[in-house]
Amino acid sequence: MKFSSRVVCVPRDNIDTDQIIPARFLKVTDKVGIGEHLFEDRPDFRVGKGSDILVAGDNFGCGSSREHAVWALMDFGFKAVISTGFADIFRQNALKNGLLPIAVNRETHALLRPGTLVSIDLASQSLSLESGPTVTFPIDSFSKTCLLENLDELGYILKHEEAISAFESRD
Amino acid sequence: MKTLYDKIWDAHIVVPETDAPAILYIDLHLIHEVTTPQAFTELRRRGLRIRRPDRTFATMDHSIPTTSRSLAGFDEMAAKQVRQLEANCKEFGVPLFDLDSPRQGIVHVIGPELGLTQPGRTMVCGDSHTSTHGAFGALAHGIGTTEVGMVLATQCLLVRKSKNFVVNFDGHLQPGVTAKDMTLALIGKIGTGGGTGGVFEFTGSAVRALDMEARMTICNMSIEGGARAGLIAPDDTTFQYLAGREFSPKGSAWDEALARWKQLPADEGAHYDRSVSLDVSNLEPMITYGTNPGMSIPLTGLVPAPQNAADQAALEYMALVPGQPLLGHPVDVVFIGSCTNSRLSDLRSAARLLRGFKVNPSVRMLVVPGSFEVKRQAEAEGLDRIFKEAGAEWREAGCSMCIAMNGDVVPAGKTSVSTSNRNFEGRQGKGARTLLASPLTAAASAVEGRVADPRRFGGFS
Repeated sequence: MKFSSRVVCVPRDNIDTDQIIPARFLKVTDKVGIGEHLFEDRPDFRVGKGSDILVAGDNFGCGSSREHAVWALMDFGFKAVISTGFADIFRQNALKNGLLPIAVNRETHALLRPGTLVSIDLASQSLSLESGPTVTFPIDSFSKTCLLENLDELGYILKHEEAISAFESRD
Repeated sequence: MKTLYDKIWDAHIVVPETDAPAILYIDLHLIHEVTTPQAFTELRRRGLRIRRPDRTFATMDHSIPTTSRSLAGFDEMAAKQVRQLEANCKEFGVPLFDLDSPRQGIVHVIGPELGLTQPGRTMVCGDSHTSTHGAFGALAHGIGTTEVGMVLATQCLLVRKSKNFVVNFDGHLQPGVTAKDMTLALIGKIGTGGGTGGVFEFTGSAVRALDMEARMTICNMSIEGGARAGLIAPDDTTFQYLAGREFSPKGSAWDEALARWKQLPADEGAHYDRSVSLDVSNLEPMITYGTNPGMSIPLTGLVPAPQNAADQAALEYMALVPGQPLLGHPVDVVFIGSCTNSRLSDLRSAARLLRGFKVNPSVRMLVVPGSFEVKRQAEAEGLDRIFKEAGAEWREAGCSMCIAMNGDVVPAGKTSVSTSNRNFEGRQGKGARTLLASPLTAAASAVEGRVADPRRFGGFS
């Protein structure tokens, strides 16, 4: 995964999943068109289409476990979210869908303005700012491998069928 | 020397953590209508069955009506989602506690009530408040829909171990102050991201003194402090609660379970990565004033000055100004319910305060029991009559106005005092302004039509 895009910003801390996608849009039984309701109740967070990268404040995705938040961001067109920190469940949900949750320090975060051109390379875990620094970002090594090699996490667990059966027979 | 979390973790390792996360065995998987349809679709796409339907239980709670136990004439999309759950459970052989079942209720209320939640178990559910079950010393946390699919297919979760984070509550609660106030004080202190990357273990004399329902309130809101799970070591209070419940072990299996459960508390000198201590002796009832659960103050306190743009925006949304007291602030709606505070003890405390009073004519008050069984018991005690005679609406079990998916909404621009867990913008309806508080504070506010101190009512001298 390697891409460049001019970023769009919602520079607020603690953006919870209710802001990303309000609960009334969780009555769906599929994932189709869910991006239409991204930030539905937050006109101040609405950003134009066309960017691959959303920049948000600290503790992004806190609150509910709804994976719909990740589906909405991806359906809208985002491939990565940059923040100084992510809520645990959101980060897991993002990685399992191929949305990169990229955590940077406050200094780097402060350089990101609407329209800043940013290049992201997952293989080298690097993030480069147009006429600015290149920094590395942390990412779970297993998730990285899965994303780069298109490995399937469910398939990975299923390969351990014997170990699971052995565990169950201990009970 | 191991913590409670270490012990449960170690006992459930199928494949240890390496470069890859651990494969952790899941003893119990609870599912509901909202976060599962896409997981079942994925199972079908791959031609997979559910590995352990006997370790999977379904109910419906998030989007169902609370005005009646029927979907007739109800929101078409919500009804379709509920029917999808029924069809999925039938096709895959999962026991379902549906709207006709006396076991139906909010997933985090019925798990403990039925004795499904047991010490030392690993539990997951596609809902962040799964942390509730940690009150029994079960490692329980919320997962996303992709993970729901993984657990359905394999009974396992890919997960890295979290940090041990001990939260010690010492002292004795004053009358009129509750577990809800303890948890709001904690989150106020550490912030909504304070526990990120960690699993809380709640310890201390003030926790030991709580009954199981109050302990569930504390663990329920672990996620609001950023921790995926919260734990309380099991003790006699836990064992007494579980004895005789439908799915609790019986006979010699009970004795064996008890011996196992007594080994769970942390070893003396076990290492915790982080710790925080609160003395609750001088704790007041707490209430939130902003748009996340960390924005809390003592009930008699003043709205603090904003520290940043987010604080400022929160105050603007809430139509509050710095320095103003919340006591006396006009209230339009009072909601008693949710997986945080909808159990029998919550309803009893609200009813005890309300007895002989009327809900202020300016207030709409909803009381939504957490389960069919809670409703049945409350009605057997006559609590429903107290609520109805006071002018409150007495509803069927469900999540209702906590998540506002089912038509139970706070209108835009109106203020609610709510016993639920989230005061996020729009959580209880677009434009709704939520003040989180205990059932006692909510009931007192319903009577006065303004944010009110329950300690001014009888019985708390």
